[in-house]
Amino acid sequence: MERRASGLWEAVASATASAFEEAETTLPADVLETIEEARKRERNPVARTQLDNILENVRYAGEHGLPICQDTGVPVVYLTVPPAVPLTRDLYAAVAEGVRRATAAVPLRPNVVDPLTRQNTGENTGGGMPAIHVTPGDDLTVTVLPKGAGAENCSRIAMLLPSQTGEIARFAAETVLLAGGKPCPPIVLGIGIGSTFDGAAALAKEALLLRINEMTGYEQEICDAVNALCIGPMGLGGDVTALAVKVRQGHCHTASLPVAVNVQCWAHRRATRRVTP
Amino acid sequence: MTRLTTPLGAEVLSLHAGDAVTLSGTVYTARDEAHLRMMEDGIPFEPRGAAVYHCGPVIAGGRIVAAGPTTSARMNDLSGFLLDAGVRALIGKGGMGPGVRDRLGGRGVYLAFTGGCAALAAARMRLAGAYYEDLGMAEAVWRIELDRLPLIVGIDACGGDLFAEVGRKAKIHFEQRFNK
Repeated sequence: MERRASGLWEAVASATASAFEEAETTLPADVLETIEEARKRERNPVARTQLDNILENVRYAGEHGLPICQDTGVPVVYLTVPPAVPLTRDLYAAVAEGVRRATAAVPLRPNVVDPLTRQNTGENTGGGMPAIHVTPGDDLTVTVLPKGAGAENCSRIAMLLPSQTGEIARFAAETVLLAGGKPCPPIVLGIGIGSTFDGAAALAKEALLLRINEMTGYEQEICDAVNALCIGPMGLGGDVTALAVKVRQGHCHTASLPVAVNVQCWAHRRATRRVTP
Repeated sequence: MTRLTTPLGAEVLSLHAGDAVTLSGTVYTARDEAHLRMMEDGIPFEPRGAAVYHCGPVIAGGRIVAAGPTTSARMNDLSGFLLDAGVRALIGKGGMGPGVRDRLGGRGVYLAFTGGCAALAAARMRLAGAYYEDLGMAEAVWRIELDRLPLIVGIDACGGDLFAEVGRKAKIHFEQRFNK
């Protein structure tokens, strides 16, 4: 009970709940802008109907405070923690409390289950959920990235050879080819290059935190290769298969080249709160 | 734009893959569990001319809050009995397998709704009844009145399959770019 009285605990719980409420019902400005640009660029008439539906859906959800998609995802949370804030179990518990509050308030669909018994916890927490990633920072911030299953299930990882740096675009395009319409394109790809087996996957997901309305030349090159497949919105064909490709990299073993591709649907939901205890 | 209204009849046979349509009237939601129950106990609604929507909605206070489509391919092996009983349209996202395409021949169509558009769908819907509520919110069969839901014909009654066509071309584009 002591921790519940703590100002910090309450501030983190309420910031987390508030971030999820925003993320589930509105799209970030950079994502909305990129979808609007895609609508202008798209030449396929069927594809344009899909992008029109998406934009109308986002508008309606925002106006009525409704979830953008009924798959409200699993809770993925990134914290930056300044030196003055102790990194304790209570901090993790406060984030979980925020997830439970958002689940009841929005409401969010209870998606979190035991992986083997498939028993649903009913509140989107438990057994390592929410997935919380912590880095040191100047301020205490909470960033949420609710992740739906349709796109997450199409993600892949490869341990390429050090000589295969030229194969990274191929692996990304092949991932999208295999996925077809399943991840609800137009998609965003987060690509993690380097680090270790697990590190590459973490980098791929962190790449999804970057703004998608700007790309480096390398990211654009991979994005163009993906869009050349013409899978289009919802796999019905068209110019826009990927809205953006974002890359994060880390140094790796001289004998390794881990590459992870984390697929994200068009409903690329995220929101950040700065916590002021 | 073709305006369809349930019960559906022979008008669906002249639709082509890629056509934009709207659908009004009654649809019944069904996911994996509902299909299994209907195979066991019989279809609880009049199947002739009916439309079945692959969807697990969020219902709160007797209202539909969110009702986007789920991945139809999970029902690939569970849909034959519905078409045999006279169902004319299956609605969902991502397309269905060649087995369903064959059984739709001369009978009905697969209609694609935009994945993720749960709020837009809910805005065009009114809840009208329920079967199998013991299966839980996502898996129950909900009877829903639709007002002009915008859909694309994904698979037509003549074997036309937009998803398969796009997939086939994507493979060719991939081979040309990377397997020269």
